[in-house]
Amino acid sequence: MLMVCAGCGAPPQTGKIEITYWEKWTGFEDDAMQAVVDDFNNSQDRIFVKKLTGIGEVERKLMLATAGGDPPDVAGIWPATIPGFSEKGALTPLDKFIKEAGIKREDYIPVFWDLCSYNGFMWALPSTPASLALHWNKKLFREAGLDPNQPPRSLDELEAMSERLTVVEINRNGKMIRVRYPDLTDQEKKAKDFKLLQVGHDPQQPGWWMPMWVYWFGGKLWDSQRRITANSPEMIQMFQWLQSASQKYGVDNRRSFGASYGNFQSPQNPFFSDEIAMTLQGVWMYNFIDKYAPQMEWGAAPFPAKDPQAHPSVTLVDEDILAIPKGAHHPREAFEFIRYVNQQGPMEKLCLGQRKFSALAKVSDEFMRKHPNPYIKTFIDLAKSPDANYAPRMSVWAEYNDELNPAIDRVMALTATPQQALDVVQTRMQWKLDRVLRRWDAVKDERMKEWSNYDPR
Amino acid sequence: MTRAEKRNLWIGLAFISPWIVGFLAFTLFPVCASVYFSFCDYDVLSRPVWVGTLNYSDMVTDSVFWKSLYNTLYYAFFSLPLCLVIALLVAVLLNQQVKGRSAFRATYFLPSLVPVVASSMVWLWILNGNFGILNSALEWFHVKGPQWLADEKWTKPSLILMAIWGSGNTVVIYLAALQDVPRSLYESAEIDGGNAWVKFRHITVPMISPVIYFNLIMGIIGSLQVFAQAYIMLGGGGPNRSALFYTVYLYQNAFDYHQMGYACAMAWMLFLIILFLTWIATRSTRRLIYYGGE
Repeated sequence: MLMVCAGCGAPPQTGKIEITYWEKWTGFEDDAMQAVVDDFNNSQDRIFVKKLTGIGEVERKLMLATAGGDPPDVAGIWPATIPGFSEKGALTPLDKFIKEAGIKREDYIPVFWDLCSYNGFMWALPSTPASLALHWNKKLFREAGLDPNQPPRSLDELEAMSERLTVVEINRNGKMIRVRYPDLTDQEKKAKDFKLLQVGHDPQQPGWWMPMWVYWFGGKLWDSQRRITANSPEMIQMFQWLQSASQKYGVDNRRSFGASYGNFQSPQNPFFSDEIAMTLQGVWMYNFIDKYAPQMEWGAAPFPAKDPQAHPSVTLVDEDILAIPKGAHHPREAFEFIRYVNQQGPMEKLCLGQRKFSALAKVSDEFMRKHPNPYIKTFIDLAKSPDANYAPRMSVWAEYNDELNPAIDRVMALTATPQQALDVVQTRMQWKLDRVLRRWDAVKDERMKEWSNYDPR
Repeated sequence: MTRAEKRNLWIGLAFISPWIVGFLAFTLFPVCASVYFSFCDYDVLSRPVWVGTLNYSDMVTDSVFWKSLYNTLYYAFFSLPLCLVIALLVAVLLNQQVKGRSAFRATYFLPSLVPVVASSMVWLWILNGNFGILNSALEWFHVKGPQWLADEKWTKPSLILMAIWGSGNTVVIYLAALQDVPRSLYESAEIDGGNAWVKFRHITVPMISPVIYFNLIMGIIGSLQVFAQAYIMLGGGGPNRSALFYTVYLYQNAFDYHQMGYACAMAWMLFLIILFLTWIATRSTRRLIYYGGE
């Protein structure tokens, strides 16, 4: 019996309202949330939170459960889910709850509040936030004759450093030798008859946010209203930058080098195995370095922009959020739990457990002191920057992303120019956006009225 | 019907009722509902709205739809004949009186028993451009293997190769048929001086032609619905959507883009395509198939 119940917390006591909570985490991330759930369950005797965790593809399962009329009371999802789900009436607007609880935007780092809001309504509150920064390998910097404590300050400088940090194997006079890229002759650079052994920076690694590189060029993916801006000058500039990697190091050389990358969560991760010297990664990276490459000498700093004067600290932020699906049996009690998590104490316990930072504006000194990530302040500052961007808040973002990635494949394979590739995306996505907007325009007034009038009682 | 017969009928129905209920609720109803949804704008979460044939006309202008259809037909066009021919050759070889025959048979059948997720994971390594066993083997012949899954020119051939490796089922069906060919026919051919090729061409092939036809039809249906390997190995369709198959795009529409109406329409279109190709296959092979006794 004890073994069966290990990990599911204390069994519910009779007379309590049981609310179900779906979450995606596993391992230590789940342990951190379980501790907060246990605290909540013990803090009062009215509500019992039953957490189901490790749910993969949580959005798809939530869609089916909501459509079937039996969703969980609390769902741990991402902000990207909000536009599509809220417009389709699948989430509960939280504005009345939030107002009653006296929670305000000022309580949070602004982007993390904004990520929970859509169409002027609040759909969730944060659980754990994240921002991205440049991570660099100090040992490789030293080997390349660079100052290990001086990360690049502009994208152009990053490119120059990246060349210095790139090591190739080449056949010179019948002998295979290792050379740094800048030491190749012009002819050798042109012939590209070499093998990449180490790379300074690979824009396609890890490749999770490819279209969002545009933020480092001061651009946007759409006008936040009705217009896709896939072939804007900044997007074209960004694509040219991506393509320059293929032009410089060779399409096949890069592919062959890419095939040697091990799994992200393994010591063979190219950043851990000294194959890549610089990478854009999130606040969570510390956990994996700690686990798979504890000896590594590394640093984290803002990933430099094309124009560092205008955009000194660009980042991409995202967060895990807690929402209440439409049709949840106990929305009021569900919010009680969400509210608990969003208090400073529990929030810091959760985020320290997951080794992230808190989404709240106020942070205790103890949190900062106890935090094992030596660069945690860098990530917090980045999240507070005016250039903290997030994925476009549109219900067709999944499709937009799926359109942009093949376009990137084409420019990286040198089979299309940035303009050609992006024109295709522009036409196709504008058509798709127009289609959903037509539908939204038809139901908008009705939905807005329904949300304003939503009464949880 | 007497009282007893009626009673028996009801009891009989009661015994198979779990199946009837399951069939009605989980097969017939969804199939009928999908016809209706294919004429609707339906995102699963909100009520379906009737849009007439819009989903079908959207397909005509959707370039990704055409690309996925092209990818699927390309895959079927090459994998199906290759599988049919290679499986037949393997079956004929496995039908010879050789030592360790059952071990060979088991070996060839084994791949089709491996769960597709597991085999896909293994193939990801086999096809790895740097460390893959396939490229290592090619190196013995001084051939520099391609980046199978990273180069859009090679993604479909990779999956075709995988299909051939997994055609053990077809081999087994051929084997069963080969064992049904009467020995007496071969003996009379031998008396007349027929060599191995003549026996194969004029006895084996005609005698097992209904089974070849069966494998062809099953192959058409199966290869046009190819999904799992491509979805697991090349998530969003691989480089430049070169391995975005019809069913993968259908799945994306249904579960990633919330376009369930469009996905239903695509499903019915695929049904019509398979129906049409099966009809063509049936018509064009009618004269070539020998059913004993006709």
